[in-house]
Formats: sequence, structure tokens, C-alpha cells
Amino acid sequence: MAHEFPRPGGGRSSRIVWLRYDSRARAIVYQVLLAAALGLAFWFVIANTAENLAARGIASGFQFLFREAGFEISETTFLSYNAGSSYLRAIAVGVLNTFRVAVIGIVLATSLGTLIGLARLSRNWLLGTLAAAYVELIRNVPLLVQLFFWYVVVTEHFPAPADALNPLPGVFISNRGIVFPIPRSPFELDYPELTAFNFSGGGAVSPEFAALLLGLVIYTASFIAEIVRAGILAVDRGQFEAAQSLGLRPWQAMRFVILPQALRAIVPPLTSQYLNITKNSSLAVAIGYPDLVSICNTIINQTGQAIEGIAIIMFVYLTISLALSAFMNRYNRLAALKGGNP
Amino acid sequence: MLPIADRYEVKKIVNKRRIWTVGVVALALLGGAHAGAQSTLDAVRGKGYIQCGVNTGLAGFAQPDSNGEWRGIDVDVCRAVAAAVFGDASKVRYTPLTAQQRFTALQSGEVDILSRNTTWTISRDTTLGLNFVGVNYYDGQGFMVPKKRKVKSAKQLSGATVCVQPGTTTELNLADYFRANKMKFKPVVIEKLEEVLNAYFAGRCDVYTTDVSGLIAARSSRAPKAEDHVILPEVISKEPLGPAVRHGDDRWFDIVKWSLFAMIDAEELELSSKNIDGKMNSDNPVIQRFVGAVGESGKMLGLDNRWAYKIIKQVGNYGESFQRNLAPLGLERGINQLWNKGGLMYAPPMR
Repeated sequence: MAHEFPRPGGGRSSRIVWLRYDSRARAIVYQVLLAAALGLAFWFVIANTAENLAARGIASGFQFLFREAGFEISETTFLSYNAGSSYLRAIAVGVLNTFRVAVIGIVLATSLGTLIGLARLSRNWLLGTLAAAYVELIRNVPLLVQLFFWYVVVTEHFPAPADALNPLPGVFISNRGIVFPIPRSPFELDYPELTAFNFSGGGAVSPEFAALLLGLVIYTASFIAEIVRAGILAVDRGQFEAAQSLGLRPWQAMRFVILPQALRAIVPPLTSQYLNITKNSSLAVAIGYPDLVSICNTIINQTGQAIEGIAIIMFVYLTISLALSAFMNRYNRLAALKGGNP
Repeated sequence: MLPIADRYEVKKIVNKRRIWTVGVVALALLGGAHAGAQSTLDAVRGKGYIQCGVNTGLAGFAQPDSNGEWRGIDVDVCRAVAAAVFGDASKVRYTPLTAQQRFTALQSGEVDILSRNTTWTISRDTTLGLNFVGVNYYDGQGFMVPKKRKVKSAKQLSGATVCVQPGTTTELNLADYFRANKMKFKPVVIEKLEEVLNAYFAGRCDVYTTDVSGLIAARSSRAPKAEDHVILPEVISKEPLGPAVRHGDDRWFDIVKWSLFAMIDAEELELSSKNIDGKMNSDNPVIQRFVGAVGESGKMLGLDNRWAYKIIKQVGNYGESFQRNLAPLGLERGINQLWNKGGLMYAPPMR
């Protein structure tokens, strides 16, 4: 609202009076000033960085992506890679490795978490207490510590390849990982064989991947268990009683009546947990799994281009997170529509 | 009491002036801060100590002892610079850095000197924005395997799993060597030195590769029985290890460079921490120039004229530093002996 005060002496131009006293005009002016201040801050940061980079003689730009990488990567997902490939290919390998851990981790963590959440709600005292103890213990120990624990378990408590466990024909478990036969063609299996140092042939799950997956799944499942439990408890007790009165058994009631309604409360925090699994997979650098952050760190170190490297990491994680969120939000909207009144 | 209109107006004028003053001051600060970086020597003198980037814990090069004091030949380089700049070798603070963190720490100004067994290469000297001041240890890359593998040469290592740290020349040389010899290997890449050694001694990998000095240090400090591990005869690369500083600061570059050279020159002149006091009144003009009795070497560097004397008195010469830190691990001088005794340590003359 315009505050019009009578000015002693009058005679000022009405335009300036309008600017000083009209709160809407003031708001616009302040917005412009704030935008200008932000722009100034950004300009300062960028100019300062560019000046320091130039003073040190550090290169800029993304041309380094096409240079030869020069280092080996221990495991790749679907892509072939060797030390003569480009940095861009190395980053692609890192992205796919991160995907592999994230996707498998999300699937396994959701399954385990749902089971534990349901177990905690069960009327069996032992089951409920065990589930509660699991959640409380795992949630409160830092993830990095758990990853180191699983890595030590996997590498120090399994035998060397020469004495590997052989539970099934062609499957060997050692501190180099689990190797198993894979089909070379529709009728023939490629069996792993022990050579001087390792097993060659067949498929393998490396100890780093196993430790990372175990750690991430067990840790995130404890959070998902609580989310699932909260979602189920949020469903009206009347629903369960109505399902009982229809003659549905408890597990049928859970599956057809309670869980679908609980999903509305479960899905938003579940999205956060999925994003957490994706981002926590970057801890792989501590145990030697070649994920995106680990490979980009090596590239930053070899080329000195820290800003471009970090920008790539941020961009990839941002893309993955936004895509995951968008997908989950669509699912959420579908669930909401079907569920009736929110 | 002023009428309401005037009171409101006065308050608005005062507020507006306050906002303007704050805005102008902020702009001035921004502009001032942008005006130019301080030279490292001035910054270090202002702080009162040198921030030295070192290894997280490599025996002989930079490792805290049982009292928490850092010891090693890389540590001694930083102490020498502190003795030259402040006259007190203890005015150093140490930042442990992994191989992946070390270059960004120096580039960003987090440390003043990077003395972390870093190999001098063309890409590091140019694209990373660093200047290497010299070499304080000539080394090469080797392989260590457990004796029970019965491996006699690196050429028998095809198919092996190799433990290596990321972001090192080791990683690249390893890939090159195996490619050149048409062999395959599986890398186990772990950032922290402690964890890499754990993985090797637990049997996760068959081979550990790093500079030969690092292999010997690891074997003597970490192996349950040193005889169970053998270092293969092949040395597959040159690894001249030395301290580095940032591009763009010539004065600081000169100070660190000549602090290292002073230690080497002192050994050549047979000056040590034990006898330098006795040589203060020497007739030899070379020694007179070194201890600062004549000449202006200190002024040339912007330091006190007794800078070299203080280094040798408090830290010792290169041979003493080597003897103190590396000889107990079983490392011999080898190519790190003085040039006139068959090695490669050669420092320009101080005149």
C-alpha cells in the first residue's frame, strides 16, 4: 500500500515520491539490487579462480578427456577398457560401475528393508526384537566403518585361490572374490580355471564389489525398514480390521490391503534412501572399487584439472539423482491417484 | 518531538545511508581481496610457521614417531626451510596428504611446500602448476611378492593381482610395463597407504608395487617376517623424488631450492651439525661463504646471512639426514651418494 505523507515544503517530483514510498516499487528495486549483488559475487568467484589458475599455469577446458588414460581399471561393466583408452572411456566405465552398484543395491536393500520392517511389526517377540536390534545397531554405526568391516571379512577370512572353497562345480570362493561359470554360447559353459596367480575364465564378483554391496545394502535396509514400518503404522487400524472381517489371512491383508495404502507414505522417504545409496556408493574409493568418484579422482590427479573433474562428478550424480527422483515422483503420483482420497 | 512524517523520513534516510555504507564497504573489500595474492614468503612470515605437506606415514620419508614427532628425509627438507627462514627448524606444521590429495592441496594454497616423495615428471611440472625444486632421493619402481610364489622375475607376473595406490606414477608405469611385455594383470587400487599394505599382507593381491624405497620401508616396518617377501630385481622406471612449490612465486622457489642444495653442498664440504661450529672461523673461503662469514647469499635470497649455517646446525647435512632416517630401514646410499663418490647428488656451487 502506498504511504502518502504530506511533505513540508512540497514541490518534489511525484515520481521520486512514488519510488520511495510505494512498497511494491521498493520490492522491485530490492530484488534488482539483490540480483546484482549475487551476480557480483559469482563474477568475483569465477574471476578469482580463473586468475589463480592462470597464475599457476594450470590448464582449463575439457580437451583432456580425449587423452590416453594410461592406468588400468580392475573391473568394468559391459564396456571394454584398457590403459590405452581415453579418459572419457574411463569415466564411462566409472559411471557404469556406479550404476551397477546402485541398481543392485537398491533392489536388494528394498527387499531386505521391507522384510525387516515387517518383521519388526510381527507379533512374534523374538523376531520383533531381533529386527529392532538390527535396525538400532546398523543405523548408528557410520557407513565407512561398516564398509571397512565387510572388506576385512571378505579379504582376510576367505582362503587364498589355491585353497578356494568349491561349493558347486565351477564355483570357487576365495579372497579374490567369487568366480562362477558363465555361458559362452547357448550350450557351453566357460569354467574358471586356476592359473599361477588367479582364476581365469568365467565370471567374477570381486571382493570390493561384494564388500561395497554388502555394506550399502545392510546399512540402507535398516533405514528402509523404519520407513516401511512407519508407512504401515500410518494406515488406519480400521483397514486391517476390515480385511480381517472379510476373512483375509494376515499376510493376504498385508499384501492386498495394507501395503498398497502404506506405499503412499513410504515412497517419498524411500526416494531419499535410493538417492543415498547412489551417493554413498562413492565411498567405494576407500576400499578400492573403481566407481565414478574413484576414477575421476585419479584423473584429477594425473591432469591437475580439479575443477573440470569435480564438475563432471557433480553433473553425473545430479543427473542420476534427478532422474531417480523424477521416476519415483511419477510412481508416487500413480499410487496417489489409485488410492482415493489422500 | 518531530511530527510523525519527519520522524519516519529521518529513519528512512538513516537506514538508506547504512545500507549504502555497508554496500560500498563490501565492494571495496571484494575489490581489495581481488587485487593480488600475497607472496608465499610474506604469508609464511606473517603466519610464523611453514605448512608442509607430507606423506600420511611412509617410514624413512615422513612418519610420526612414538612421541608424535614427524621424522623423515622429506620432513627434514621442510625443517631446513624453516631454519633458513625463521632460524628455528621447529616452526613447521605438517599436513598428511594421500597421493590423490597432494596436488590440489599445494595448488590451492593449503600447504606451502609439498615434500611428499613426489616423482618429478613433465606433466606435473607443467599442467599441474608446480615447480620441482630438486631431487632429494633418486629411486625407481619395483615389485614385491611373497617368497612362496617362487617368482624370480617380473616377467613371470602375467595374470597377477597387483596392489597399487591411485594417482601415482606407479599406477601408470605398471600399466605401461605390462602392456609393453604383453602381460595382463588385475589392479587393486586403494587410496590409503595403510589399507594398501593391509590388503597385500592379507593376501588380497599377489604383488605390491611402488618405489623400491617404499617396498623396503614397507617390508621392514609391516611384514610379520621380512624374509617371507622378496623384491624382484627389475626396476622398471626412474623415480626422482623431490619437493615442489607452486608456480608463480620465484622467491619462494629459490629459497626452498637452495635450502635443499645447502644440505647437499654441506656434505660435500664435509660440514655437519657436529663440526660446523668449529668451522665458523675457517680459513677456507668456500666455507666462509657457506656459513655467511663473508658474502651476501642471505641477502640474495631475502634471508638472514647465516641461513645455511642454521640449516646445517639444526637439521644436519644430506648425509646425516639419510643416515638418521633411511639407513635404519636397510637402504644404502647407492645412487644417492655424492657425485664425487659415485652417486648422483650434485648441488650447484653457493657463490
